[in-house]
Amino acid sequence: MKHPRIEMAHLDNLWFQVTGTLCNLACTHCFNSSGPDVKTFGHLSIEQVRHELEEGARRGVREVFFTGGEPFLHTAIAEMLEASLEFAATTVLTNGTLINDRMSDRLAEIEHRSRYSLEIRVSLDSFDERTNDAIRGVGVFKRVMATLARLSRRGLLPLVTVVRTWSDAEEQEILPGFTRILREAGYQHPRIKILPALPLGRELVRLPGAHDEPWVTEEMMHDFDADLLMCSNSRIVTDRGVWVCPLLVEKPDARLGDHLADAASGYELAHRACYSCYQYGTFCSNISAGIEGTGTLATHAEHGEA
Amino acid sequence: MERLALLGGLYSNYRALAVALDGASRRGVDGIYCLGDLGAFGPYPDRVFPMLQRAGVQTIQGNYDNSLALGLPDCQCGYTDPRDNYFARLSYDYTFRNTSEENKAWLGTLPATLRLEIGGVRLLLAHGSPRKMNEFLWESTSPDPFLNYLLDEAQADVLCVTHTGIKWHRALAGNRHVVNVGVLGRPENDGTTRVWYTLLTFSGSSVAVEFMPVFYDHLALSDDMQAERLPPEFIETIITGWWTTCLEILPHKERARGRF
Ligand code: SF4
Ligand SMILES: [Fe+2]
Repeated sequence: MKHPRIEMAHLDNLWFQVTGTLCNLACTHCFNSSGPDVKTFGHLSIEQVRHELEEGARRGVREVFFTGGEPFLHTAIAEMLEASLEFAATTVLTNGTLINDRMSDRLAEIEHRSRYSLEIRVSLDSFDERTNDAIRGVGVFKRVMATLARLSRRGLLPLVTVVRTWSDAEEQEILPGFTRILREAGYQHPRIKILPALPLGRELVRLPGAHDEPWVTEEMMHDFDADLLMCSNSRIVTDRGVWVCPLLVEKPDARLGDHLADAASGYELAHRACYSCYQYGTFCSNISAGIEGTGTLATHAEHGEA
Repeated sequence: MERLALLGGLYSNYRALAVALDGASRRGVDGIYCLGDLGAFGPYPDRVFPMLQRAGVQTIQGNYDNSLALGLPDCQCGYTDPRDNYFARLSYDYTFRNTSEENKAWLGTLPATLRLEIGGVRLLLAHGSPRKMNEFLWESTSPDPFLNYLLDEAQADVLCVTHTGIKWHRALAGNRHVVNVGVLGRPENDGTTRVWYTLLTFSGSSVAVEFMPVFYDHLALSDDMQAERLPPEFIETIITGWWTTCLEILPHKERARGRF
């Protein structure tokens, strides 16, 4: 089967897998199977990050993302965020369990001094403590709620991200449910973003039918805006080289080079995960709540008669 | 010396447009340009068309205009939040129903971008960004290296856009500028009812950017909107100056400045 090839249009988004696959949690849906003993990928040094930030800036980067594993396991994470904000808008994706008062103060100070936005994306899975902790681990819910309260007290508005693990029937309760518990925790105007579940990593085991997702074909790319795929506008730096996108860091064919400077080649969409991207678009970006992609599609369908 | 007035999204706010056109002509500008999104949000969408045409305003196409001209089912506003999409659809349906066929056809004739050269300074006007009509250029997510890249690609010294609803200006090394000219359609989420347009003054190779506040009869606009049964959430924004919808598209800094 011939897969469509996506050329890189421009480096809009530069990602750092800053703590590799090391995480203090081991969520059941983790798309890169991170966990406390998962050493597939390791830590990046601040020098590596600085070097690639400069390369990114030379190429006109727009946004920088720090992910893992869990970025706050890195002792230099605050320093890295600060360095990154000199060049670009910056986002850190965290499970929210390791941000104490001192770190919150530091983040608020960094945000305040920067011209560009610092986004703190905190994952939660359910507004029900038991459901959440069944996925993320015992005690996690309470710790995350405490972090969200801490951040919002300091004028930071974390973006709460939720992987969609519920049924269609429950859909209507989800946003109001999250809004309610976040308000109760003291986060008055919560920002919530819902992400699709991906047929990757542990999720492959959890999702029935995930192995049967189709591939993206060349035909499907007709009339499709390739800008919606991260591979056309993103790269991710890890301690084992640079990969086409954050979703495929475990796939050997998705490694494009040792450094950002030599990782601009195109990529063939050879994985089933590419189909999720095709369906949902750039869901890794920061904009909005709602599952990106489907909202608009629904609008199209219902609007027919206008 | 040459001076241009740049108007961002009108969102059918014909009352603010009248004040802005009057102000610009009293300042003796050499040209008036509109960067698109004539409709959306406000009442009586057909009213802004003759005003622009009479004043000789050169207009480019915004995503809203593109949708109306092509008869698309939605405004391509780039929202993804269900609540934002709900409101976007209400205003698009209203605007679609109330824009004449003739005006829709006129929107279809507008260019997507416009290039000008003034005293050797290359100016590019676009709606969202030069590369995408509905790309949001927010101040806090448009870093210098990225803006320089856009200017390089566009082969321009000065880039002017709108689409986000909030104005800003960045002066870059080498006499380069990127300006989001703001919008006349609704206040910019700062708790005041004024709206904005932009004056660019070219003298030699230097460019001065000035944001002009527009005070208009916003209570009369709110009455119009009520009469047209537009959503109370929209009217609240006109009266209070705080956004009540489209909040999920705001980056952290811009969101933190608002009330909601
Ligand atoms: S997973 Fe998505 S971003 Fe990554 S290569 Fe496939 S289509 Fe592109
Ligand atoms: Fe627009």
